[in-house]
Amino acid sequence: MLEVRGLNKSFGGLLAVADVSLRVTEGDIVALVGPNGAGKTTLFALVSGFLRPDGGTVTFAGQDVTGLAPHLVCARGLVRTFQVVQPFGRLSVRENIAVGAHLRFAERGEAMARAATVAQRVGMSHLLDRPAHALTVAARKRLELARALATEPRLLLLDEVMAGLNPTEMTEMIRIVRGIHDGGVTVFLIEHVMQAVASLAERVHVLNYGRLIAEGAPAEIARMPEVIEAYLGHGAAERMTAHAAGGSR
Amino acid sequence: MVALAVPYVLRSDFWLGFLITVLLFAALGMAWNILGGYTGQFSFGHAAFFGTGAYTTAVLHIGLGLNPWLGLATAAAAGGLVALLVGYLSFRYGLRGSYFALITLAFAEVLRILANSAEFTGGGVGLYVPLDLGIANLQFADKAGYYYVALAFAVLSLVVGWMLERSRLGAQMMAIRENEDAAQALGVDTFACKLKAIVISGALTGIGGAFYTHYYLYIDPGIAYGPGVSVEILLVPIIGGLGTVFGPLAGSAVLHGAGELARRLMGDAPGLSLIFYGVLLVVMVRFMPEGLMGVVWRIRRRSETQADA
Amino acid sequence: MLDPLILLPAVINGLTMGAVYALVALGLTLIYGVLHIINFAHGSLLMVGLYGVFFLHRAGVDPYLALVIMVPALFVVGYALQWSVIGKASHGSDQNVLLVTLGVSIVIENLALYFFTADTLTVDTPYVFEMIDLGIALVPLPRVIAFLSALVLAALLWLLIARSDLGRAIRAVAKERQGARLVGIDVDHIFAMSFGIGTACLGAAACLLLPMFYVSPHVGHVFVLVAFTVVVLGGMGSFSGALFGGLLIGVTESVGGLLLGESLGQIGIFLIFIATLMFRPSGLFGARLS
Repeated sequence: MLEVRGLNKSFGGLLAVADVSLRVTEGDIVALVGPNGAGKTTLFALVSGFLRPDGGTVTFAGQDVTGLAPHLVCARGLVRTFQVVQPFGRLSVRENIAVGAHLRFAERGEAMARAATVAQRVGMSHLLDRPAHALTVAARKRLELARALATEPRLLLLDEVMAGLNPTEMTEMIRIVRGIHDGGVTVFLIEHVMQAVASLAERVHVLNYGRLIAEGAPAEIARMPEVIEAYLGHGAAERMTAHAAGGSR
Repeated sequence: MVALAVPYVLRSDFWLGFLITVLLFAALGMAWNILGGYTGQFSFGHAAFFGTGAYTTAVLHIGLGLNPWLGLATAAAAGGLVALLVGYLSFRYGLRGSYFALITLAFAEVLRILANSAEFTGGGVGLYVPLDLGIANLQFADKAGYYYVALAFAVLSLVVGWMLERSRLGAQMMAIRENEDAAQALGVDTFACKLKAIVISGALTGIGGAFYTHYYLYIDPGIAYGPGVSVEILLVPIIGGLGTVFGPLAGSAVLHGAGELARRLMGDAPGLSLIFYGVLLVVMVRFMPEGLMGVVWRIRRRSETQADA
Repeated sequence: MLDPLILLPAVINGLTMGAVYALVALGLTLIYGVLHIINFAHGSLLMVGLYGVFFLHRAGVDPYLALVIMVPALFVVGYALQWSVIGKASHGSDQNVLLVTLGVSIVIENLALYFFTADTLTVDTPYVFEMIDLGIALVPLPRVIAFLSALVLAALLWLLIARSDLGRAIRAVAKERQGARLVGIDVDHIFAMSFGIGTACLGAAACLLLPMFYVSPHVGHVFVLVAFTVVVLGGMGSFSGALFGGLLIGVTESVGGLLLGESLGQIGIFLIFIATLMFRPSGLFGARLS
């Protein structure tokens, strides 16, 4: 469904994404993890058309979409959410979601009706007429998701939808994402919360200093020394194996 | 209906003149509102479209004998065309916020200088439309005729605003105002959408300029393209309420009503009404950033919550 | 081809006028560099300065001597304006600042119109017609003084921002508002100081300008868009940029006027302005304050 090949991007000499190649298969939930500043959000921006790569290609559903403008990428069925949520503050939840729905429905009435349906899927029906700026963090995260969902994507890029949620809200969000996936949407997500990654993703890619350093199932990834080093610093893997021979975490 | 009957009840030329100004600026304010209020792109140079409309009909009528009614339509086209050019150059290069405001102002100034220098615009002297009474000529013996034209123009603008609020384009415009990146991520072609907004806005403003020409029968570069028009146009929706259908009408009524009151109380000294406009602008932004309609909403919401309780 | 005997004086004339533009733009670029706001009232505040110099002259104070009064006076005006009106009314939004400063400029201009009428006023000084012979052209003394003063003022501003404690605080606020607040800098005070200093520059500009120019309520219009052009061209927040930008605009206007005639000559300024905004919104000369 999504194939990234040899993607490069640097900002003023600093390599943010270096020679990244990966593949997301239709129907999967794939996670992208890595320490802060590893280039995860940059990679999403490159894939969704917000940044133009210095080199490499992005292929979506068999077509080359490298350097295509974001709204055109979105029209083809690839939509992203933002790590820092970007609600249309003075518009109501319904109007927010309708902006996404308008991609597929020209009629105002249809888009608004569609927005209500989508709101139900993410459990926001009771908030439909609330202005977006008056929402809690958790509700804003859901709104971000709902708007993206309303564009009827085939592939959904989620940038840290769990960040800032408490454990209950997180469990609910995991359920929502799984529901979206069950509805036939492929999901590619950036996530810091490992519990969420473990319970959602089938495959995980690990990015560090702009490079992919590992790939595998969540359980495998957690045991790879290079991944542990990337997260905890040099020598951490050795210390951990020496220290916690019997522990499972 | 009430609006239609006004000239039969109100037989004062002075008050009809006042209402004509209110309606004209309500329409112009709505034109600005489409770009500034709904789409969030503040223009400081709507004179560029106003003046183009005013000169288009004046030049074509005086030079080629074009019918003034057709002149209104031509002015809309010319205003829209200039808007397309300004919009294309500004939005293509990603100008937003203050930069957009400045570049629109500069475009208006360029046009003012051109109108001041060119021969077919009459240079600094300006153009006089010859007096030739008759409905076909958009010239009326009394103000009632002009009143109906202004009323029709105001209704047209309001209907355009009302329709936008209920359309996909309107929804996308407001999304751009609130957050351009997010709008783009959701599949909104922000460039095309902003272009549409500025063209609609420019076309309506062009009609206003043309009406001005035929109402006052005179136009010069300072009136048509000067910063005064740009400011007076943007004041209307800011006072009335940005991004609302009835804001511009309320804003125009209050602005010109209060201006008239100030003139009555303090005499018609030069600059007095403008001092008043300036103070009003600062006070509105300071204390009522949502304009008069914002206050109306707040009161209504309060009474609703009281009714609920 | 143009005769150099005509072209050179036009260039020199342009350089001296450009120095005045630079003087006006220096204050504007400082305000932009720190507050990141576009001050529409800048031209009207210059007009206030010019009237100040005019009335001081009527009271017997030489325009150049008026510097010691006008610079502090306009500093106070600017400080008070930012502190009491602009900062409070803007609610932290750029577009509101634009509107508020626009409103302020409308009020100031029309107050002047109301009290002083639309008459164009000039001052007579013994040295108005004094000429300096530069070999290739005769240049009026006030223009030479304005030119040299622009250089000095740019250098002084640079020193103030680069070397003084106040300058350090201003740079800190320009770069990182929240961070500056956290280390105990009174951000509102620094904002008002920057606005005050920017306005004080107009006091200096007014004293240097009036002997070679005039004052009327709308005189600000002549300068405000030009000053914006200079600031954008030089890179918002850059003093050397403002200086070079001012000179460049002065020459463009003067030579443009020579080639196209007076009224069309101004068009070059706006075309440069539009082109700069489109292609090099960061200005032709890099260095910024922040």
